[in-house]
Amino acid sequence: MKIAIPVDEKSLQSNVCVSFGRTPYFLIYDIDTKKSVFLDNSAAASTGGAGIKAAQTIADNKANILLTPRLGENAADVLKAAEIKIYKTTTASAKDNIDAFIAGKLPLLNEFHAGFHGHRGN
Amino acid sequence: MKQLLILSGKGGTGKTTIASAFINLSKAKAYADCDVDAPNLHLITEQSSEPRKTDYYGLPKAEINPELCIECDRCRQNCRFDSISVDKIYKVDPFACEGCGVCEAVCPVDAVSLKPAVAGELMLYANEREVFSTAQLKMGSGNSGKLVTEVKKEIKTAMVDTELAIIDGSPGIGCPVIASLSGVDMVLVVAEPSISGISDLERIIKTAAIFGTRTAVCINKFDTNVGNTEKIESFCKKQGLAFMGRIPFDSDAVKAINNGQTIVDIDCASGAAVKAVYNKTMKLLFEEGGG
Amino acid sequence: MRIAVLSGKGGTGKTLVSVNLAAVTKTSTYIDCDVEEPNGYLFFKPENIQEEEVSIRIPKVDEKLCSGCRKCVDFCKFNALAYIKDKLIVFEEVCHSCGGCIMFCPEKALTEKEKVIGKVQKGTSNQVTVYTGILNTGEASGIPIIKKLLARNKPESDKQTFIDCPPGSACIVMESIKDADYCILVAEPTIFGVHNLAMVYELVKVFNKPFGAVLNKCLEGENPAEKFCLEKNIKILVRIPFDNELGILNSNAEIAVRKNEKYRTIFSSLLETVKKEVHHETTSNS
Repeated sequence: MKIAIPVDEKSLQSNVCVSFGRTPYFLIYDIDTKKSVFLDNSAAASTGGAGIKAAQTIADNKANILLTPRLGENAADVLKAAEIKIYKTTTASAKDNIDAFIAGKLPLLNEFHAGFHGHRGN
Repeated sequence: MKQLLILSGKGGTGKTTIASAFINLSKAKAYADCDVDAPNLHLITEQSSEPRKTDYYGLPKAEINPELCIECDRCRQNCRFDSISVDKIYKVDPFACEGCGVCEAVCPVDAVSLKPAVAGELMLYANEREVFSTAQLKMGSGNSGKLVTEVKKEIKTAMVDTELAIIDGSPGIGCPVIASLSGVDMVLVVAEPSISGISDLERIIKTAAIFGTRTAVCINKFDTNVGNTEKIESFCKKQGLAFMGRIPFDSDAVKAINNGQTIVDIDCASGAAVKAVYNKTMKLLFEEGGG
Repeated sequence: MRIAVLSGKGGTGKTLVSVNLAAVTKTSTYIDCDVEEPNGYLFFKPENIQEEEVSIRIPKVDEKLCSGCRKCVDFCKFNALAYIKDKLIVFEEVCHSCGGCIMFCPEKALTEKEKVIGKVQKGTSNQVTVYTGILNTGEASGIPIIKKLLARNKPESDKQTFIDCPPGSACIVMESIKDADYCILVAEPTIFGVHNLAMVYELVKVFNKPFGAVLNKCLEGENPAEKFCLEKNIKILVRIPFDNELGILNSNAEIAVRKNEKYRTIFSSLLETVKKEVHHETTSNS
């Protein structure tokens, strides 16, 4: 089972990034092999629709679980379609949240904020 | 750190005048101007240092290389934004171009390419004591939620230890407002007692409700229409919105602003009223808000 | 003759000026292009309202034809498309309606459908024809609505048209002033007002439009906006004093020129000044 987390730095000790769509990296952690992979988030530079593109990246990398502090509606729609379960992070560090998730201590995230659109941001 | 966002449904209600008074009263060490279309806060807050400037890139824009162009007209025919015109050579109107890339893709000779375009500038004034983040969009690049997000991010990069950050928000209800709202602890809406002011207030309250952000209301220039002021107050009561007080119209306020002062720097009626609004707002933000 | 009224920020009196100019002109057209927060209709309270929806074209997928090549997903610069579990998802409010995905789909699996983003209303108030553009909440771009509002109002030389622009200097404002013969910049007498006036001043210069300024809410003492106009050699069309009575009429959404002779005089003379300026421009340019 693979867990995806938006992170500020390429390290297991890194803080979780507060923005899902515009996080610089994603940590993909494999619970079974305990291996970590860091992905660059190509959506970070998007003017609009960053959440959608980031969610696509997570899905393409076969994650089953996402741990994030918050999430936009559009990204949530993509992740739901991909049957990825979304949990809310409760502490700062990525590692602590993985441990909390494995211990069954993270709540499901079920409130999603409206998108920022960014339509006319040209 | 608690973040207080000051908003209004429309410009011209006195949002920045009130924000600058709040900054002065609280000695806030962190503040930001998220009204990136028409930033004004820097005009009234004294900055000792030069800002650190960063270019802000919006959507890329198409450019046509006239040396490669064979004038096949495909780009012009396929552009949905009427941004390509011919006047001897094929040209892109950067104000109309939305950077969709259709022209680049249909060009048979690779004469069209999307180039990064500067859409504005971020400015960060920071020293050991305080930090002020602001930005200005370039003409024709309106309404950017992403830039607002960047402005707010910049306050956090400067490690100033403070309990309170004050953010002057963008007017309207569009995406910059939503970006301003994200992550704040409380919103203070500055309303005006006019028919259109009431309709604007209702719209902004609806937007804030989507985020579940605690919202309080104050009325500026209340004495320009006492009837409408009463209407707004009863609207707040009905909606369960905390009411922070009334501020009178005051020609001294205009004089203070034109001298580069805030309205609490001088002894005037509007300044006294803002002080009361400020005290009530702080009480709500810190004491009754809990964690 | 098309006259656009603009300001760097809301609340300066843009609607006051455009509404009262339209009302003081015998037969005229008033067009509210401030589609995010149209307020002009609150003043005119137009009758015999006809409505027309405005839509944009967005993609629709035929799943039987889609091969999952993702060319459309990769092409879309706005990230309005996602491909998940053998299914294409379209995010309608993120779409800019550029048509690229449809054009480049090798399987012809994408076609277009109409999506309503707002409406245009036409009504009458005495002899003023009132057009209002309304953008639905949550929709991002009002430009298609402005295009519709202005396309149906091709200038008739004998009829005056007043365009109440959105505030600021964004693309939506540029679209609103594109075909204007003259621009009126409305400014407040504060240093904020000057900063905002400078923005629209740059805009009308880039578009090479003839223009003049209305100084609103003038008080006793120094007026930084006036100073700016004098420095930049901007024609001051009128100084409207700060006036409680006018403020109350305006805040109650009353049209001042229909209520009080004093304001009728102010706006009639403003109208004459503007007409003279436009006439001067057309003769000196021909």
